[in-house]
Amino acid sequence: MSVVVKPRLPVAVRIATAIVVAILFLYVIPFMIPNYLVSQFATVLVFAIAIVGINLVTGYGGAITLGHAAFVALGSYTTAILTVRYGWNPYATIPVAAALSWIAGWCLGFPALRLQGLYLALGTLVLSITVPPVLKRFDAFTGGVQGLNVGNPAPPASVPLDESQWIYFVSLAIAAVLYVVARRILSGPLRRALVAARDNQLVAAVMGVNRARLTTATFAMSSLYAGVAGSLYAMIVGFVSPDTFNVMMSLSLFVGAVVGGITSLSGAFIGAMFIQFVPIWASDIDVSLGGLVFGGALILTLVLIPAGVGGLAERWYLRACARLGWTEAAATETAIEASTRGAQHEAT
Amino acid sequence: MTLFANQLIDGLADGAIYASLALALVFSYRSTGIVNFAQGEMAMLSAYVTWQLMAWGLPLIPAALISIVLSFIAGALLYASIVKPLSHASLLTVVSVLIGLYLALNSLAGFLWTYTIKALPSLFPKAHLQLGSFSVSAETAGIIAVVGVVLLLLYLLFETTKVGLAMRGAASTPDSAVLVGVSVPVMLLIGWGIAAALGALSGILVAPKVFLNPTMMFGVIIYAFAAATLGGFDSVVGAVVGGLLVGIVENLVGTYIPWIGPDLKIIVALVLIFGTLLIKPDGLFGRKKVVRL
Repeated sequence: MSVVVKPRLPVAVRIATAIVVAILFLYVIPFMIPNYLVSQFATVLVFAIAIVGINLVTGYGGAITLGHAAFVALGSYTTAILTVRYGWNPYATIPVAAALSWIAGWCLGFPALRLQGLYLALGTLVLSITVPPVLKRFDAFTGGVQGLNVGNPAPPASVPLDESQWIYFVSLAIAAVLYVVARRILSGPLRRALVAARDNQLVAAVMGVNRARLTTATFAMSSLYAGVAGSLYAMIVGFVSPDTFNVMMSLSLFVGAVVGGITSLSGAFIGAMFIQFVPIWASDIDVSLGGLVFGGALILTLVLIPAGVGGLAERWYLRACARLGWTEAAATETAIEASTRGAQHEAT
Repeated sequence: MTLFANQLIDGLADGAIYASLALALVFSYRSTGIVNFAQGEMAMLSAYVTWQLMAWGLPLIPAALISIVLSFIAGALLYASIVKPLSHASLLTVVSVLIGLYLALNSLAGFLWTYTIKALPSLFPKAHLQLGSFSVSAETAGIIAVVGVVLLLLYLLFETTKVGLAMRGAASTPDSAVLVGVSVPVMLLIGWGIAAALGALSGILVAPKVFLNPTMMFGVIIYAFAAATLGGFDSVVGAVVGGLLVGIVENLVGTYIPWIGPDLKIIVALVLIFGTLLIKPDGLFGRKKVVRL
């Protein structure tokens, strides 16, 4: 069911929303809640970055990947090795991590093109199972099972913040930039090309969409997101070890993407909260409950709200806008836009 | 030379286990076009059920047989309750549900039997068979024999019985099968049951080697994926040949290429999977997919 509207909020409402969001992210989270929760929220932002990457490649690119932890590991280990072994400034390693994972994504995107959906899921799943043994094998470089101690980067002396608040703001800034970039990618012709190639390759090809290039580029971009997330993750935790990047991390990110809404960028934050906090709460009750809740949530989300929590929220938002009359006249293009948003993945 | 022969035989035994799990994957794939990511976890649960039955006082072999029968029923139930409703769902939904199942089953085992490792005794005595210059452990020979017999039984089922014929018909051309009076859903149900039973067999055979714990199938399922991919996901013969090949290659690579060694053997699976998918996506024995535009 889809609502064909293009929301246009009155200026006052927009400003009010911006203020509420700003207060939440710039004041409530960093200053009002206990310190240990602040660094957990930094991790949430990092997961959200990686999940936005999955939204790009799986939600819009239509390629199911179960191996994103491999790229997160690449980013983390780039930062860790450059800081620990070569004495780099940790922030200077972020662009390197981004570039390396972009290249790795490009290389993997090439075979990914040839793999039909199910096989790609299989291949990436196996890739993510292979990561920890490989990291352990090259222990001269990666520190093996013991891992590498990166340490939390200290805030500059002139800034009156503690370590967790500082890394939270760093993550927030980077997450905000990457979110806006993803928004830009997913507005305009590129989005239409992606959705067309995802839903009907033949039609897309007839319209002049170069699917090969598009899919490879999407894969590379989504790996870049995962790599940057990994780099920040190493700084937040202050420590990297092979077993962090096991298959569970890949699957958690996938769970987060589905629960948040596979095509919903704002849902990425909700999905990230889910995979960060639910296992902590669940393991207070029983060690094995986390996996049960994850598995159950995945299945229930797909049965009850296939568009995910974020997709559901977006639909309500559109409906509310329509009810309140905060809309633009629906142009043909936006009609297509909204219907793809509503129809989600069902078409494929 | 003796080392080589021993590695070859060990590889065959490992390969036989991979082959039975790969066959399980192939059976569910052929009947419903779904790669069951949770197959390994189902096999792990079957091994736990065997252990539980023994803890309740049953001898090993009856416990194993009961567990295999229960797995058959569980596989059929899984098909009826979860897989069948998914037959028209999108790929993302199918993959997500199976991943959800994988996570849930893994945790369920941890919840019911905790994460501490348990020992499931081997089906075979701790003896060695002396064959000329080299000796084979009874376990190795036994695994190869058991899987061989099961394969023979499956072959007879499919080639000589009416049910087997109906199952092949239901898998290859469901529409025509319906027309000649085959109940396709029942056949698919049996297909998933056989898959789960084969998985249970592989779980029970591998558990004494790797010890019983909720993550015990992680290593095995990877090689089974590799075997099924190498042989072709829709080919029964392919799964067996693929399984044996993967087992042998894995053992030889682990022994003779020191750079890889036993720790990094798992990369063999990765290389085999990506290599097969890139060079010959349908596998060695798979049927070519033809798409009507």
